[in-house]
Amino acid sequence: MKLIQLNETVTASNDRDAEALRLRMREAGTLLVNVMSSPGSGKTTLLSRIIRDLKQLKIGVMEADIESDVDARRIEALGAASIQVHTSGMCHMDAGMTASAWEAMEAEDLELIFLENVGNLICPAEYDTGAAKNLMLLSVPEGDDKPLKYPLMFQKSDALIITKTDALPYFDFDLEKCRERVLKLNPGIRIFPVSAKTGEGMEPLEQWLLAQVQAL
Amino acid sequence: MHEMGIVLHLAKTLDQTAEENKLTAIGKVVLQVGEVSGIMTDLFTDAWDYFKLRHSVLKDSQLVLETIPAVTWCDHCKTSYETVKYGKICPRCGSGETWLQQGNECIIKEIEAE
Repeated sequence: MKLIQLNETVTASNDRDAEALRLRMREAGTLLVNVMSSPGSGKTTLLSRIIRDLKQLKIGVMEADIESDVDARRIEALGAASIQVHTSGMCHMDAGMTASAWEAMEAEDLELIFLENVGNLICPAEYDTGAAKNLMLLSVPEGDDKPLKYPLMFQKSDALIITKTDALPYFDFDLEKCRERVLKLNPGIRIFPVSAKTGEGMEPLEQWLLAQVQAL
Repeated sequence: MHEMGIVLHLAKTLDQTAEENKLTAIGKVVLQVGEVSGIMTDLFTDAWDYFKLRHSVLKDSQLVLETIPAVTWCDHCKTSYETVKYGKICPRCGSGETWLQQGNECIIKEIEAE
């Protein structure tokens, strides 16, 4: 037996798959946005609002869940292309699964695809899905201390969307303190406080998304 | 569940390495695991035993885990300290301006193969 020095991270094969998918999607002219958060932070509600507001874009959604198709049905009801991915027990999406989901969608004309990752603040941050942009949601009821507890996800995201701001009067969520904690972890991150229910704060977020699609 | 995902990627990476280097059997696999990587080593070994039977090149392999100690750097007093013992706050100056220097890794260091 011979000894082979590798010094490669365990996720090296996933990193290669992710890079290949990013390239293919760029060539197809489709922006893939990975959306991460804990369960119940309002991912599907936010995406539903964006689909209704940005009618000028052809939008699709990949719904990744351990079980069920309730989220995909909500998206389909809005007339957007959607596909339900079951991760069969796995706590995150990886690049190989994302590539298979995109192929199964058979929708190369889409301009923007959201990958609604498994609700989990830990593992999805560790796996590159091949997305061009990473978004994360933090809802007001979850609390402003989450950047201290789950720093990696805040570091990996291009934008943080603070959701359910209509509930701010009922919770001790300090928006300024949260902003300060997040910027300390990731000085380049964009922060959008929104309420998908009332529509407050949605416009800057949607303008930012449009600019990302145009920049592709 | 998290361990299963990591083992899956490890097996895939090793399969690719075997193909690129025309290897027929892999023996020892030395993995360096950071102290605060969140990987439970006994769960990891169980997951490995499950996967190695499903990859012919890995069926007689043995996993060897080496620990990388976690070390945090303090930006304020410019020294490092043990992460597991003291956490986020520097024990010397009490500053929270600290960063993990090492201890979050999961690296395939080397393999024995033919």
